[in-house]
Amino acid sequence: MGWPISVTVNGEKVSAEVEPRLLLVHFIREKLRLTGTHIGCDTTHCGACTVLLDGVPVKSCTMLAVQADERQLTTVEALHAGGALHPIQAAFKQEHGLQCGFCTPGMMMSSFALLADNPDPTEKEIRWALSGNICRCTGYMNIVKAVRAAAVQMKEAAAVPAGAAAGS
Amino acid sequence: MAIETPMKGFIGESIKRKEDDRFIRGKGNYVDDITLPGMLHMAILRSPFAHARIRSINTSAAQALPGVVAVVTGELLAQHKLAWMPTLSGDTQAVLATDKVRFQGQEVACVIATDPYIARDALPLIEVDYEVLPAVVDPYKALQPDAPLIRDEKEGQTSNHIYHWEAGDKAKTEEAFSKADRVVTLETFYPRCHPSPVETCGIVADINPATGNAILYMTSQAPHAHRTLFAIVAGLPEEKIRIISPDIGGGFGNKVPIYPGYVVATAASLLIGKPVKWVEDRSDNLISTGFARDFHMKGEMALRNDGRMLGLRVKLLSDNGAFFADAQPSKFRAGLFHIVTGSYDVPAAHVEADGAYTNKAPGGVAFRCSFRVTEASYLIERLVESAAIELNQDPAELRAKNFIRPEQFPYKSATGFEYDSGQYEKALRLALEKAGYEELRKEQAEKRKKGELMGIGIASFTEVVGAGPGKHYDIAGLRMFDSAELRVHPTGKAILKLGVRSQGQGHETTFAQIVAEELGIPAADVEVQEGDTDNTPYGLGTYASRSTPVGGAATAMVSRKLRDKAKKIAAHLLEASEADIEFDHGKFFVRGSPSKSKTIQDVAFAAYTNLPDGMEAGLEGVTYYDPPNFTFPFGTYLVVVDIDRGTGQVKVRRMVAVDDCGIRINPMIVEGQIHGGLAEGFGIAFMELITFDEEGNCIGSNFTDYLLPTSWETPKFETYETVTPSPHHPIGAKGIGESATVGSPAAFVNAVIDAVGHLGIKNIDMPVTSDKIWTALKAAGAAE
Repeated sequence: MGWPISVTVNGEKVSAEVEPRLLLVHFIREKLRLTGTHIGCDTTHCGACTVLLDGVPVKSCTMLAVQADERQLTTVEALHAGGALHPIQAAFKQEHGLQCGFCTPGMMMSSFALLADNPDPTEKEIRWALSGNICRCTGYMNIVKAVRAAAVQMKEAAAVPAGAAAGS
Repeated sequence: MAIETPMKGFIGESIKRKEDDRFIRGKGNYVDDITLPGMLHMAILRSPFAHARIRSINTSAAQALPGVVAVVTGELLAQHKLAWMPTLSGDTQAVLATDKVRFQGQEVACVIATDPYIARDALPLIEVDYEVLPAVVDPYKALQPDAPLIRDEKEGQTSNHIYHWEAGDKAKTEEAFSKADRVVTLETFYPRCHPSPVETCGIVADINPATGNAILYMTSQAPHAHRTLFAIVAGLPEEKIRIISPDIGGGFGNKVPIYPGYVVATAASLLIGKPVKWVEDRSDNLISTGFARDFHMKGEMALRNDGRMLGLRVKLLSDNGAFFADAQPSKFRAGLFHIVTGSYDVPAAHVEADGAYTNKAPGGVAFRCSFRVTEASYLIERLVESAAIELNQDPAELRAKNFIRPEQFPYKSATGFEYDSGQYEKALRLALEKAGYEELRKEQAEKRKKGELMGIGIASFTEVVGAGPGKHYDIAGLRMFDSAELRVHPTGKAILKLGVRSQGQGHETTFAQIVAEELGIPAADVEVQEGDTDNTPYGLGTYASRSTPVGGAATAMVSRKLRDKAKKIAAHLLEASEADIEFDHGKFFVRGSPSKSKTIQDVAFAAYTNLPDGMEAGLEGVTYYDPPNFTFPFGTYLVVVDIDRGTGQVKVRRMVAVDDCGIRINPMIVEGQIHGGLAEGFGIAFMELITFDEEGNCIGSNFTDYLLPTSWETPKFETYETVTPSPHHPIGAKGIGESATVGSPAAFVNAVIDAVGHLGIKNIDMPVTSDKIWTALKAAGAAE
């Protein structure tokens, strides 16, 4: 009764047999035990379950795991894959862009996709890009600030030629 | 080489939050993240009807589904005397329905299965034969003699009336009204809304059949109180119950009550001998767990022609749903609503409250507020706006004229509160200045000439938070104190254990800062633990803005207790008399020779290695703090809106917030709390609504219908502060988690009314949606 799927999860190839009806978020949380991706509403509204599929943010609560077959899945756990915090993670802490932390992974994944697409977004563009992610704690101001701060930091990091930082 | 952090985390420093490190890595640990070996999954069958008699329940088809372990009905629970449970307001609530269902979404049966999908598959296989009964969803209709009796199982209950409660002095108030030049009246409805934390409620109940030890991982804002209630409700020995409230994904009052799902999952784990997990889906959460407000209010204000307030009279009807389950101190049937005189020196006031059962979900939780303070604040601030329009006075000046003045504190209110401190006019004037009030009024006048609608709304709110004192305030009989246990280790690092439980408020950081301030141990060296009843001292939990006022006070007091002992040890180390030892931020020194000193770390080491003769070893202590009074945070919020006459759409142009919560422990976190509260206040004012059709079908059972503000709608906030310490709090703090939700709805609505009041529109009930505004404009002949 299992359906074979093969998904590249945070850079690593994972093969599994899943029920065709298994939701992607349950595959991530229960089968892969990557619990940073949360469930908040079941209906695509809150965005706590946001992950990237082939680099595009999707709400994993309303996708089937089989739809991720042969695709690249990126979850919040990939952000600090190298051990160091991603600038988005660092900025969320720095700017107090989180409180209870429940929406934070989804919020950061949407921010990640935004900045990949638009490295220098305006406040309005950030607010629009994150409007599919609900936060009940922060009132969004500091989240917007965090994304702006991350954008600036990523831009500065990109402007430094490789090796220059170590050599200076 | 370790780099010393420049900030020690003393009070007033915006140090970054310690808890963030796990959250930004996706390494928080919420209830749904917990998986235990052999764990089973529970799903709840809910009533499709608002009112119906249960003729029969047939579970055989569900039982037969492979993977289903058990189907639990009310009948089964009744055999264990668990079909009903007490509520936090002294009423009873069905755990699983046996006789009737009384609201849509009520818990009827539970399936326990090996897989959550199978548990869901089994729900429609349960056959319930219902006899549908007439439903009543309007509390006024519910109180009419011919209304269907909802609580027919309660002995002596012959109507849907729950309680009558009064505060203040009726005769004195009548007298004040008889002397008034005018009486301004406002009838308004504060609709039902829902806290909707992004994480729903859930439990993993793990009862070991061999030992009887119960570990309950629960979304609990009050784990200790819940442990006691579980012991009482389920008859479990309290020493065998360990409630662990792990990371909580937002609470806002939603995680204060005990819900049927918790009880059934626990009972199922006990009966089956395996761990059982139950996590709500969003509809479960919206239709059955603690809602808020649903208050019908009529306020009358007696005034002199010059605008001086003489008296306030309020009648309110509370719609409590099918079970009276308000989470509130037991003597106070309408919570702390009698704070309704607000920031004003009102000589006479009287409040009459009644509660009614309806065929709606029970609850009445304090959604980011201290027990009905939000409703009270809304009413008085809306009423002042009405008075300003009727008297043709500036609403800011009308407020200033009536404020309790700084020299009047401690101020005894007409309804019995003793306000601790306040500088209401200072906060108002700051808001006016920052907003550029005079210019805004000029702009408004210009726009009005052109037919454009612009409004400026003000709310100068006062809260009452930080319950106890335990003598008068309790939850289910438990006195509302709170606790802190501090253990300083030999290396000078410490663990602080609290009776409260953060749901995002940043306790791990701010409470460490209180220790840093009082004892000098850097906040980074203080590990804060909460939420595990085996591992923390007893406390009443986090809600009603009580963590800092009560738990924070306990933390300061236990730190001082340890400081006193540390001083004795320091005297011993410095070979000086204790009377000559002075302390300053972690340093003990001999008066007059500051170079002769020992650090708190030196003293901590000595507490285990080199003590004065006769002194007990260790540097540890615990304090249970019973506050002498509430604290009274306050502030002024000012909102500027523009309204489109063609669509009724409101654009919030400015939101200026001046808050005074006394001493700010971590200003960054305080600001964050205010932002969050303002966004929730904005949502309540303009978007959020749970309502019902005539048959009792819940409208607002998912996020398509129950609208939460996103980053797109939510306005920007301009925040400012004044600082008026609480005179009775050890560090002068007052609590800030809820001010913005309490104060802001009235400011938003007042802004709308200020824009349209000149057209004769006196009130629009929340949520103030475009269609309501447009309809009102049309009726006034002012729509485009």
